[in-house]
Amino acid sequence: MDIEQVRKVARLARLDLSEADLTVMAQQLTSILGYVDQLKELNTDGVEPMAHPLPVQNVFRPDELRPSLPVNEALANAPARAGDFFAVPAVLDPADQQDH
Amino acid sequence: MSLIERTAAELLDLQAKGETTAETIADAFLAAIRARDPKVRAFQHVDENSAREQARAVDAKRKKGVRLGALAGVPVAIKDVLCTRGVQTTCSSKILKNLVPPYDAHVVGRLKAADAVLIGKTNMDEFAMGSSTENSGFFTTRNPWDLERIPGGSSGGSAAAVAACLAPVSLGTDTGGSIRQPASLCGIVGMKPTYGRVSRYGLIAFASSLDQVGPFAHDVFDNALMMEVIAGHDACDSTSVNEPVPGYTKTVNDPVKPLTIGVAMEYFGGGLDSEVEAAIRAALKEYEKLGATVKEVSLPHSPYAVAVYYLVATAEASSNLARYDGMHYGYRAAGKRDLIATYSRTRAEGFGKEVQRRIMLGTYALSSGYKDAYYVKALKVRRLIKNDFDKAFAQCDVVMGPTAPTAAFKLGEKTADPLAMYLSDIYTISCNLAGIAGINIPCGFTKGRLPIGLQIQAPPFEEEKMLRVARMYEKVTDWHTRRPKLT
Repeated sequence: MDIEQVRKVARLARLDLSEADLTVMAQQLTSILGYVDQLKELNTDGVEPMAHPLPVQNVFRPDELRPSLPVNEALANAPARAGDFFAVPAVLDPADQQDH
Repeated sequence: MSLIERTAAELLDLQAKGETTAETIADAFLAAIRARDPKVRAFQHVDENSAREQARAVDAKRKKGVRLGALAGVPVAIKDVLCTRGVQTTCSSKILKNLVPPYDAHVVGRLKAADAVLIGKTNMDEFAMGSSTENSGFFTTRNPWDLERIPGGSSGGSAAAVAACLAPVSLGTDTGGSIRQPASLCGIVGMKPTYGRVSRYGLIAFASSLDQVGPFAHDVFDNALMMEVIAGHDACDSTSVNEPVPGYTKTVNDPVKPLTIGVAMEYFGGGLDSEVEAAIRAALKEYEKLGATVKEVSLPHSPYAVAVYYLVATAEASSNLARYDGMHYGYRAAGKRDLIATYSRTRAEGFGKEVQRRIMLGTYALSSGYKDAYYVKALKVRRLIKNDFDKAFAQCDVVMGPTAPTAAFKLGEKTADPLAMYLSDIYTISCNLAGIAGINIPCGFTKGRLPIGLQIQAPPFEEEKMLRVARMYEKVTDWHTRRPKLT
């Protein structure tokens, strides 16, 4: 992986890495990908991918009302709070909108 | 023998006979933690008052003649990846440093219902990513047999706590070997149950198709006792299977006869330490003396397990850890005005290097243009690994081999080379990929007095047989009775 690829993946992964971190990451990921490339030796034509060890699908429960977490408990760990809500940075910033 | 060196079964017995109380037991373990944990550093969090209160409540119940649970008055240490209501749960990550969950993990609720005394939360590799506990965001746990060595990981704190007699039993989690490998390196018993046997509700997710909760103990009987308490269906985890839970402690002393043991030659290749190999071969001889037939089986795709794992587990992790964005709980970076920049700064500051590396690898493996070549390819080879086990188990009851390729390595020995660290899980990973059951039991020591572990693997939902097989060996050996010398 080259540094531009690593930069793109870091953006996708929402990781604000420094240039120095990106450089180390490029070396380490290249080494790990070199190791996993051994999977290419195997012919897997016609093999069903196995995403999960259990053959369970669509597990349903009865649609019944149950008590849920009280608002105060749900908000107790919030880094910032405004009344009964999580306070977060502006999702749509008017200033940003002009740049787009 | 002092109280702290006892097994959970012995502690239950002593209380039932009136020879000790839950409070006396709690005090003994708390004193041991005060004396030894500054050196071992197994615990992330201990609340002495809460432990004593829980113990007194058990004693009061006993006095009143109230029917007590299966772990009444037994101290249990809990890996800090399992949510505990009102008690910090950090995953050994700075991003969750101040998290106090509003609910208990299913297994924690089961322990409380069984009248266990929750004695503390244990240190781990951050988000269970690691094999040495050196990736903890806070500090490194030491191996009680040699304080200059690692205890294994990721459940290193839970393993070290039992080995150092700071708790008679504990809970860990195993995604690629994180219970069995530290159990092996610390000389104790540790089991990864079949995927779906134990609820994952309240277990902070790393790789959801691989993660499973399991117990650590000094011996196989205690392991069976813990499994009886934690196993079973939970409506809050749709992958927890609704199969009856056998009375493991009722049958654990019954030997399996006839017993056919499969030995995979792939587990005895390059990289296996000669002292470890000799101990494993000696254990197989011991089983032959007990009447077992040892038979060669083949797991031809097992050499690919580490490569498959580091694509599947990281892909799942990159998705699971997307939730840590600093909005609803945990750490939030200051000083950024817009949302995406706050997410990205929070994650850069909150996650450690190994966690970031795995998120990056998983994001790449799932990204457009690479998904088929990496993630889907890995899922196909995962199927081949599962098929190997199906074929092997058609010819034998259990598969045996080493749990780890070497005994405990030195602190810092593998931290600079992520790939070398990954390879310490080479024998444990395929069990998680296939979703089968596995257990480590102590089977010897190196000349340097470091524990060696035997891994026994069994088909899905055959924990009952696996425990009986493990117990057969335990009854004719005394490795599991050894305790490290700590002052």
